[in-house]
Amino acid sequence: MNSITIKNGLVYDPANNLNGEKRDIYIKDGVVVEKADSDAKVVDASGMIVMPGGVDLHSHIAGAKVNSGRAFRPEDHFIDPVARGKITRSGSGYSVPSTWVTGYRYAKLGYTTVVEPAMPLLEARHTHEEFLATPIIDKAAFPLLGNNWYVMEFIREKEWEKLAGYIAWILKATKGYAVKIVNPGGCENWAWGKNVDGLDDDVLHWGVSPRDIVEGLGKANEMLGLPHSIHVHGNNLGHPGNYKDTIDLFKTMEKIEPKKEGRDSVMHITHCQFNAYAGSNWGNFESGAAEIAEYANNHQHITIDTGQVIFAKAATTTMTADGPWEFALHHLSGMSPWGAKPGVKWINGQIEGESSSGIVPYFFSPKVGVNAIQWAIGLELALLVKNPWQVSMTTDHPNGGPFIYYPKVFRWLMDKKSRDDMLENTVSQKASTQTSLKDIDRELTLEELCIITRAGTAKCLGMPDRGHLGSGAIGDVSIYKLDPKKMDGHAIEKAFSNAAYTIKDGQIVVKDGEIVATPMGVTIVSEGKIKESSYQAAIEDVKYHWRDHYSINFNNYEIGDHYTPKIKIMNI
Amino acid sequence: MINKHVKTHTDVVCPFCGSLCDDLEVDVVNDEVVEVRNACKIGTQIYFSSNSDNSDRYTSPMIRKDGELHPATWEEALEKAATLLANAKRPLLYGWSSTEAEAIQLGVELAEITGGILDNCSSICHGPSIMAMQDAGIPKSTLGDYKNRADLVIFWGCNPVHAHPRHLGRYSEFIRGYFRKDGLNDRFMVVIDPRTTHTAQLADLHIKVNPSEDYELFSALRTVLKGIELEEEYVSGIPREQIEQLVEVMKSCNYGVIYYGLGLTHSLSHHRNVENAICLTRELNDHTKFLIQPMRGHYNVAGSNIVFSWNTGYPLAIDFSRGYPRYNPGEYSVVPALLRDEIDVTIVVASDPVLNFPAAAVENMLKHPLISVEPHETPTSALADVVLPVKICGVEAEGTAYRMDNVPIRLRKVKDGPNGLLTDREIMKRLINAIKQKKNL
Repeated sequence: MNSITIKNGLVYDPANNLNGEKRDIYIKDGVVVEKADSDAKVVDASGMIVMPGGVDLHSHIAGAKVNSGRAFRPEDHFIDPVARGKITRSGSGYSVPSTWVTGYRYAKLGYTTVVEPAMPLLEARHTHEEFLATPIIDKAAFPLLGNNWYVMEFIREKEWEKLAGYIAWILKATKGYAVKIVNPGGCENWAWGKNVDGLDDDVLHWGVSPRDIVEGLGKANEMLGLPHSIHVHGNNLGHPGNYKDTIDLFKTMEKIEPKKEGRDSVMHITHCQFNAYAGSNWGNFESGAAEIAEYANNHQHITIDTGQVIFAKAATTTMTADGPWEFALHHLSGMSPWGAKPGVKWINGQIEGESSSGIVPYFFSPKVGVNAIQWAIGLELALLVKNPWQVSMTTDHPNGGPFIYYPKVFRWLMDKKSRDDMLENTVSQKASTQTSLKDIDRELTLEELCIITRAGTAKCLGMPDRGHLGSGAIGDVSIYKLDPKKMDGHAIEKAFSNAAYTIKDGQIVVKDGEIVATPMGVTIVSEGKIKESSYQAAIEDVKYHWRDHYSINFNNYEIGDHYTPKIKIMNI
Repeated sequence: MINKHVKTHTDVVCPFCGSLCDDLEVDVVNDEVVEVRNACKIGTQIYFSSNSDNSDRYTSPMIRKDGELHPATWEEALEKAATLLANAKRPLLYGWSSTEAEAIQLGVELAEITGGILDNCSSICHGPSIMAMQDAGIPKSTLGDYKNRADLVIFWGCNPVHAHPRHLGRYSEFIRGYFRKDGLNDRFMVVIDPRTTHTAQLADLHIKVNPSEDYELFSALRTVLKGIELEEEYVSGIPREQIEQLVEVMKSCNYGVIYYGLGLTHSLSHHRNVENAICLTRELNDHTKFLIQPMRGHYNVAGSNIVFSWNTGYPLAIDFSRGYPRYNPGEYSVVPALLRDEIDVTIVVASDPVLNFPAAAVENMLKHPLISVEPHETPTSALADVVLPVKICGVEAEGTAYRMDNVPIRLRKVKDGPNGLLTDREIMKRLINAIKQKKNL
């Protein structure tokens, strides 16, 4: 079953040094193999390009805050209803689509793996329940650990073995994939209505600094040999001048060695665009992308994703575990002389002993100088970082814009003419004066695009079974109608908007941009390698202090196996 | 004497109210509950009511023939229910707040394939809270965060001593918290309620607002908070000085929380009350930390909003008649839909609208076929045309439930329950399969 031969396509598989060569790809029992199966179904990809299925390493698609975003923005769904099809469920789309629609739309773009990058531990069941209602794509989730009381206690006491043991337990208890850190220390301070200013600020009551948290978790991550590095949303996100904080953050990890084969980085800075601002206020706001890129070009230990801003027909829904930032945005997007304007609605969510979060609708306007600069910075980052394996393309869906607009970003990255057209005719002049975008001539090749959307993201995540089409890879393939010799901006955007075929585990799920099958993907988890004694010692400590932290019983905390009927452990 | 046949279940999650206490201990002998520890009186009753000596419990499906309910086989009862739903022009699927999330998820699909109106109990209780949240957002946290940090606790229009009996002890007032080591002595408790309820009797400060004048009081508090002097000597029956004092108390705390109940959503101004409460709360965040928490009633009413939302984008009042979900509370809400008399078949899952709805709505509902999915005899099931009896979630079946603060907890099964009954989930699955066959989907 699920045997397919893809004939005559131009194959882009950078991990295996295939750069648009005409090759046949054989899939048997859902896995890429060397030889054709005699009764395999044949897909004729003449005149098309063939790539591994897309891998999105940072997209808010499921869980408590995503769903709060859905529930509090009916106006977001009214413009994009989705009817039931012959084999598809109904739902609603736009910036926070329903789970079913999320799965279908990702598949239509040719994406087959998506990571939900912010899972509160206490609400992990919710994230996984939504995964079970998100069809086709494989999913993974990052548990939020950067403001966790146990983490801060272990770090303060320098109990590194116990810290690693705790992380190993959390990955198992929440079926998580990697260590996520959001505004380290800042979210805890936000529980008292405050924030942190930088890496050496105090986390109130806990006797640690953001620097301690990042370094401690970075160290523990390598002790465990997890497939992905720590995944960090830095302090001061969204504030002018924060590119310096980002570079300070990069520096914290300079001395830490990666312990996992196949990965050079020890830190991933996510949606870096929001952390690459120069200037000191909104008036003299400008790009700090060049400085960030220069650092990245000289240091292999970091990877970033872009967090590209997109101009769309309606407001998007910003959502992050960075509670204090959303409060700032709530004020920013609607100040009046008498305070925050009513109408600029704001959800704040906090999780006992773990995290904060916030949700605010936001409209990125090309005519607003700051928004135009933000748009340009995202592109600068992708174009100025020389090594495409160090940078991934995201919009931090839905923060910079909904994922459905990825093809627009591909177009801007691959076609200078399209960028110049935006600079000249659409966006504010500020994008030309406050950033270097207009002077960048680089146009990403299809191979480079394949790296920043598949090969590189899979490598960065430490998922060796995907992101390439070598023997043994899972049979996830996307095929687009595009002629590499005759492509302009329009053709690029059109081709990537609707995959000619998306194949998931050797089964055709999209044909000519239409969903033709709706299998359920797997939930991807990872396991930490840790001495049993350290693991047990950590759990003993956790149990001892449990009542101080939580309002539910310890025995009701682990989510169990009910929510992961199809599970794949990545690092065994 | 130790009874060797006793099986003790610990960390049991109570399927009654939105507090979703998860520390119950239940002793079971021969599939009968003999003891329940840690639960409140109401929670205890849930477990004992599942026992075989409860004559209200259905033991087989029932179908109405010649005006009387008669026992039937599952095949007959499900066939009858599926036929009614498949042939309906405008079915109503209502309830969902006292069952598990997995069953609710299937309920959404059932509504989708029958093109019906889908609504849950929040339409009656905290629907106004949801509409207010859609207007203003909401700053909130989880119950353990309030427990650990809050030094100002305000109960507005709610009476947890009766409605959520263990709330004060587990989350809000008496319990010790990480930063509130001395429990209630470390917290200042305010109750705002027209009545001297049992909760009000525990308060450090009881403000007796006039009935249905909460909106004015919120506005007065916001006015004072903005540094503007009140011209009126009394607002909502409260003297100006006391309003100013309350604002001072709010501004000077380190972490405040407002728990509010149906006193806001059911009095005049409905969702505008809640919106004003939310605006007050978010403006207080310019001075200190302040959050607001609805006291949700049924144990999984938060879950029904949550599951509806991830499936459709909308938390309640959904219409599938056009093949895609549409949302319009007041039009697709259960009571207005019944009052317009456009519903031709109703299926009620884990709810009792006949007891609670306006008489005119009930009359219209009973004009047409009614299907009840329910473990016990209730006014609704007694008047139904088909009764599909179920195992009780959280007692005889597992599943997921969402606490009032949206924290998901796994319900435990402590006993098997009567032979021959199905779970809510199985019934939904079988109805979906049968209807798909009939409609060729």
